[in-house]
Amino acid sequence: MIAFTTHTGRVATLDRVNVDTDQIIPKQYLKTIHRTGLKEGLFADWRRLPDGSPDPDFFMNQPRYADATILLTRENFGCGSSREHAPWALLDYGIRSILAPSFADIFYNNCLQNGILPIVLTAQDVQTLFDYVGANPQGHLTIDLPSQTVSTPQESTFSFSIDAFRKDFLLHGLDSIGLTLQREQDIEHYVARRKQEVPWLFQDLCS
Amino acid sequence: MAPQTLFDKIWDSHVVHEEADGTTLLYIDRHLVHEVTSPQAFEGLRLAGRRPCRPMATLAVPDHNVPTTDRALGIPDPLSRLQVQTLQRHCTEFGIPVFAMDDVRQGIVHVIGPEQGLTLPGMTIVCGDSHTSTHGAFGALAFGIGTSEVEHVLATQCLIQKRPHTMQIRVEGHVSPHCSPKDMILAIIGHLGTSGGTGYVVEYTGDAVRSLSMEGRMTLCNMSIEAGARAGMIAPDETTFSYVRGRPMAPAEDLWAQAVAHWQGLQTDPGATYDRVVTVNGEDVSPQVTWGTNPGMVTGVDGTVPDPDSYADAEMQESTERALIYMALTPGTPIVDIKIDRVFIGSCTNSRIEDLREAASYFKGRMVAPGVHAMVVPGSGLVKQQAEEEGLDAVFRAAGAEWRESGCSMCLAMNADILQPGERCASTSNRNFEGRQGKGGRTHLVSPAMAAAAAIAGRFVDIRHWS
Repeated sequence: MIAFTTHTGRVATLDRVNVDTDQIIPKQYLKTIHRTGLKEGLFADWRRLPDGSPDPDFFMNQPRYADATILLTRENFGCGSSREHAPWALLDYGIRSILAPSFADIFYNNCLQNGILPIVLTAQDVQTLFDYVGANPQGHLTIDLPSQTVSTPQESTFSFSIDAFRKDFLLHGLDSIGLTLQREQDIEHYVARRKQEVPWLFQDLCS
Repeated sequence: MAPQTLFDKIWDSHVVHEEADGTTLLYIDRHLVHEVTSPQAFEGLRLAGRRPCRPMATLAVPDHNVPTTDRALGIPDPLSRLQVQTLQRHCTEFGIPVFAMDDVRQGIVHVIGPEQGLTLPGMTIVCGDSHTSTHGAFGALAFGIGTSEVEHVLATQCLIQKRPHTMQIRVEGHVSPHCSPKDMILAIIGHLGTSGGTGYVVEYTGDAVRSLSMEGRMTLCNMSIEAGARAGMIAPDETTFSYVRGRPMAPAEDLWAQAVAHWQGLQTDPGATYDRVVTVNGEDVSPQVTWGTNPGMVTGVDGTVPDPDSYADAEMQESTERALIYMALTPGTPIVDIKIDRVFIGSCTNSRIEDLREAASYFKGRMVAPGVHAMVVPGSGLVKQQAEEEGLDAVFRAAGAEWRESGCSMCLAMNADILQPGERCASTSNRNFEGRQGKGGRTHLVSPAMAAAAAIAGRFVDIRHWS
């Protein structure tokens, strides 16, 4: 997995609550058997008007956000379907961090698995950042994972929290499966004990 | 030992290792796999030179892309076909049991797990699908995961997780005979909002829950994720044991007795506490209809389309306004005045035999309204077989509704079953997001009885006054 330490980038805004993963990437783009090339599907229905032309109000069609790598949005971002295609599409488009007052659980985990840092800020801090980006369309934000801060060039700084384990995982771009496999002995002990206690859970499923 | 909740008992018995910050390596007993969220996981395994840790603890089935018309014709759409073929190929390569498209046991992953007796109390069950919460109906800890985590479970039979909070949702008293578990869960989501359950595992308790059949409990737990909760669960009891007993993958003989003795301990202890408690009065639940673009935008069938200005919160005003534009609805319109074009009875929420019986009781001796297209999609090949033995297919056909093969179908419209732009659908599925059932399609979530009644009337009707 790609590591995340510090990142400075331009910010795109999506001022909507409860953005579900069906909007982030509609189902017709889920038929792929690959995890790359998914930016084509990113907000495929929202970025276009009903006649198929680009919606000039949507962030992806605004030149000032063309090279944005940070997405600023509202509550409960990424709710609904567990499709990991949502963070894959965001990453393919270039998004490395998402700032919101809250995220849906599965989406939050899926971001971390792909080197995207989802940052939970207070609703007030998110509003302050919306105001900042509104006033400074070319403005950049710097995200510093080691110190767990988001800052503007004017040096307003906002703190965020993240679990120590997840932070370490992102900072070093670790392979989570590799980490778990290092616990092979613990797993073996667990299985041996459970086979005695609850043997029916270890019956093979027939085909 | 301190009193524990049902969740605590299952979680604690699955901890392989715990880090200083509480991050837990959790053992996973059963893994369900479907064609949409697995190809990249298998590819990841292959690239890393890894093999599945316990292929025989895993069951795969194609459900999202399968056609619900004549299976003998194959899958016309090349992308859908490739995805289903890829699942089959991966299962062969990695030795994973799979119910192929032409197997009578094929069906929606969350219908076939319980049907086969794969889903058991006290288990951890995962699937790359958010409606995995369904299996919690058996007193299991079941939740949806992403594709990277699918790969993780394949490779290690474990997941790295953070212990969630617990919420008790107590439904007291009894719901009226015209109200189904679907109405119960929609009313709960309306109360909690779509993120009220985020970070929690929900345990449903109370007389109204206890008196539900297993299928009703599955409907309830299925939509936990629509309130943001990754898992919902119900403590196992005699209803659970008698449902599981004798199913092909359930323990038998000596193991059965041993298992039941163990399962009887899977109750929340007296005095155990939850992080949050929500109480709902069953008598207050009326038949529900969603009017907006998320499952929390819901009201009773005797209600009206809300006025955005009636909300104090600016964000709620804005999202309601947006939803009403998408849904082409005017504030103040009575729900029963909303006319529909399509009816979809199916999905992992409502496609089991009891759902079909309920719907058929409304269709019997009546005709689908002119101009309305109604479709009934059973949750599995075995549900289909059972329905046909009971003559339900004939009831649907005689009423002018289509009787299809099993699959996810128009719940998310990855196959050919799709709404056209502007079409309005009464649907027994679980999500009314924009474009969910087809770009520009307008979805109203309802129970099977409400969907069937809407098909006949051509608009929503209050089934409490149905004659």
